[in-house]
Amino acid sequence: MKKIVALLLAVSMTALCFTACQDSSAGANGVVYVYNWGEYIDPATIDMFEEETGIKVVYDEYETNEIMYPKVSTGAANYDIVCPSDYMIQKMLENDLLAEINFDNIPNLKNIGSQYMEMSKEFDPENKYSVPYCWGTVGILYNKTMVDEPIDSWSVLWDEKYENNILMQDSVRDAFMVALKLNGHSMNTLDETELAAARDILIEQKPLVQAYVVDQVRDKMIGDEAAIGVIYSGEAIYTQRENSNLEYVIPKEGTNVWIDSWCILKDAQNKENAEKFIDFMCRPDIALMNFDYITYSTPNDAARELIEDEDIRNSEIAFPRLSDYNNLETFKYLGEDGDAIYNDYWKEVKSE
Amino acid sequence: MKNKSFTALMASPYLIWAIAFIIIPLFMVFYYGLTNNDGTFTLENVLAITDPRHLKALGIAMLLSVISTIICILLAYPLAMILASKNGSKDKIIIMIFILPMWMNFLLRILAWQTILEKNGVINTFIEMFNALPLFDLPLLNIINTPYAIILGMVYNFLPFMILPLYNSLNKIDPNVVNAAKDLGANNFQTFIRIILPLTLPGIISGITMVFVPALTTFAISAMLGGSKISLIGNIIEQEFSTASNWHLGSGLSVVLMIFIIISMIFSAIFDKDGEGNML
Amino acid sequence: MTKVLKNIYMALIILFLYAPILIMIVLSFNAGRSRAKWGGFTFNRYITLFSNEDIMSALSNTLLIAVLSSLIATLIGTVAALAMSKMRSIFRTTLMGITNIPMLNAEIVTGISLMLLFVTLGVRLGFGTMLIAHITFNIPYVILSVMPRIRQLNSSTYEAALDLGAPPLKAFMKVVMPDLAPGIFSGLLMAFTMSIDDFIITYFTQGAGIHTLSTKIYASVRKGIQPEMYSLSTLIFVVVLLLLLSINLIDVISNKKADKKRKD
Repeated sequence: MKKIVALLLAVSMTALCFTACQDSSAGANGVVYVYNWGEYIDPATIDMFEEETGIKVVYDEYETNEIMYPKVSTGAANYDIVCPSDYMIQKMLENDLLAEINFDNIPNLKNIGSQYMEMSKEFDPENKYSVPYCWGTVGILYNKTMVDEPIDSWSVLWDEKYENNILMQDSVRDAFMVALKLNGHSMNTLDETELAAARDILIEQKPLVQAYVVDQVRDKMIGDEAAIGVIYSGEAIYTQRENSNLEYVIPKEGTNVWIDSWCILKDAQNKENAEKFIDFMCRPDIALMNFDYITYSTPNDAARELIEDEDIRNSEIAFPRLSDYNNLETFKYLGEDGDAIYNDYWKEVKSE
Repeated sequence: MKNKSFTALMASPYLIWAIAFIIIPLFMVFYYGLTNNDGTFTLENVLAITDPRHLKALGIAMLLSVISTIICILLAYPLAMILASKNGSKDKIIIMIFILPMWMNFLLRILAWQTILEKNGVINTFIEMFNALPLFDLPLLNIINTPYAIILGMVYNFLPFMILPLYNSLNKIDPNVVNAAKDLGANNFQTFIRIILPLTLPGIISGITMVFVPALTTFAISAMLGGSKISLIGNIIEQEFSTASNWHLGSGLSVVLMIFIIISMIFSAIFDKDGEGNML
Repeated sequence: MTKVLKNIYMALIILFLYAPILIMIVLSFNAGRSRAKWGGFTFNRYITLFSNEDIMSALSNTLLIAVLSSLIATLIGTVAALAMSKMRSIFRTTLMGITNIPMLNAEIVTGISLMLLFVTLGVRLGFGTMLIAHITFNIPYVILSVMPRIRQLNSSTYEAALDLGAPPLKAFMKVVMPDLAPGIFSGLLMAFTMSIDDFIITYFTQGAGIHTLSTKIYASVRKGIQPEMYSLSTLIFVVVLLLLLSINLIDVISNKKADKKRKD
């Protein structure tokens, strides 16, 4: 028995020596604490930033906006930069959690396309607090071999032909977006009858749904598990690369256009370093590296010009001309009461 | 060691630890559960359990975890008997064999079960290979995204917690007791019912605790193997904390769940006269 | 015949427990990134693994926290269990009830309540808070596995040792300790296991820039799990398995030698 304990300890300790002695001290020019979505950056770009600026990056990841929020709002961890989505930026602004960015320190902002700055005004009216990092649409991913008609509408998700072949998004706002758009309503509505109607058709849809998923759409669609799935456009390029039978479409009833943007927290202790980091991320070559790594659309027009593969540079999936589509919207923060209504209705759908 | 103050001295590190990191955080859960956003006292969040959706989630969670616990006992008891009948010198190795899978990340293992159970998964690929042969016509497995897959996930994940206490309590039985029963004319079945089963009751009880409680509160298994189509009480609580950001309701429901579990524990403690169980 | 049946039964259960691990091993050689599609065979994941700083530092944090928290929990828990055995039953029952709380609570509740505590006290989340959280949920496993052994102790041997003039500490180490050791070992092992596997409590008590393997894996939903995670799991599995086999082998050999001596 002692031998086992000793051996276990020995193994752990050797493993520790591989890495435990890593340099954890600050860089020559201080540090910056970055809190970003999981796997949402090319790690090489962080190394390059550290090398070029001498600023050490302490990098952390979160799974959803809602999990990130309490950690930041309670001040439990001392982050400088976060990368929330549109409606969460609005919520953080309303709760006075964000600092104004000094754009003099971010000359590379010029690379960001003006239409994205325009879109940002939905949640950051004066473009003072956020710098777009990734964006995209939500649409339908379908398998050409399993579907025998042209698909252009959310209504296909209610087609009994595809019973047990449909993957729905397992998140309140995304699921209600689909139902509200199909009914011709705004996805930011607080109208009780509109919401009740959306809830009812979601309940009606439930028997047809194979599974409610978040990130698993990707693997399930690649593995031919389902015919139709609701998916973020950023995943579409990657899934098509793995399974050429997959096709992505933005439904004619309109959809959600979302943006994840860099923001600096109000109590950031390394604000200047944070601005340097954001500026670095806006550099065309860096934005390109990140686009190649995460495949989510970049708002960086200069980086888009650098994409070598013409098919991707002009891809309707990665860079749709938004003016071609109707009823595109961005999520808004609905306040605690609004969120409560949505959550309550969603709970009803899920418990049916 | 008989000295009282010495006993108190020995207990003090744990006592202080428990007060600081178990009792006080527990009070915070109670505080959240019994207040609303303005910080005023309310029973609303606790009584929310009577909401039909919450009751249903609790009911289904109960049902699935009871079934899983029973399956775990049925699978683990024979296995523990086989293991206990083997040479005792390999004790630790045997324990390790059943603990080792838990050293691999939980999420990776459950994802692997998806790969195994899916429509085009590993099992169905094998079935199709057999069906390609003459004489075979096996039905395809279709349990992913159903309650059956959730039960499978629960059994898989918590089975080791049942095997270990059973194995330990069987191992402790003095073979002379069993031999005596046989000498007195009891057959194998009688020996099992009258001698072995009662002696392993504490092991069964602690096994039940270790399987039933985590199965009742799990949310990841139902989300990943059940396709999120069935809400268990764990899913509801998790959502109140993570996506709905309603910590008061989440805490209120947790308080109810805790009371509920404590009641079932008291119930099982009636059978476990020593009161301490014997997990390992 | 029954022996064959017994072995088949045991093999089936082991297959059930290890089937997903087999899948993980296969996936570690998958050249594609998706778990749903076989993209060809590659050994590259095992090479890129070691240059992946993120994963290596997560590994070292995971092991460091698991080793430290299980050792500290074993120390505190064993001492507490010994003290509890001497207490009056009302105190013992109360303390035992408290011990059960972390096991009964939904993990997310434990995690958030600890986070609230640290935040209220103004403690910066970091390695220390993660370690405290792990020790907290590890102690019950130690107490629960040491307790039954204490109840089986024969106190007369300890008293005999004292009567024979052994100092209390020595008597304890020589007489009591060997009987407790299996329980302490099980508790240590269980604590280590729970610590390695925990995600939720770790997540809520984790500070800036510190990952464990499980927080790393759970955070990677947007882009999918790094395939290197599979090769790392495979490596851990193989290393532990080899260790077990070699220990088994050593035991067998030393037993044979002992037998031989006895015969001589």
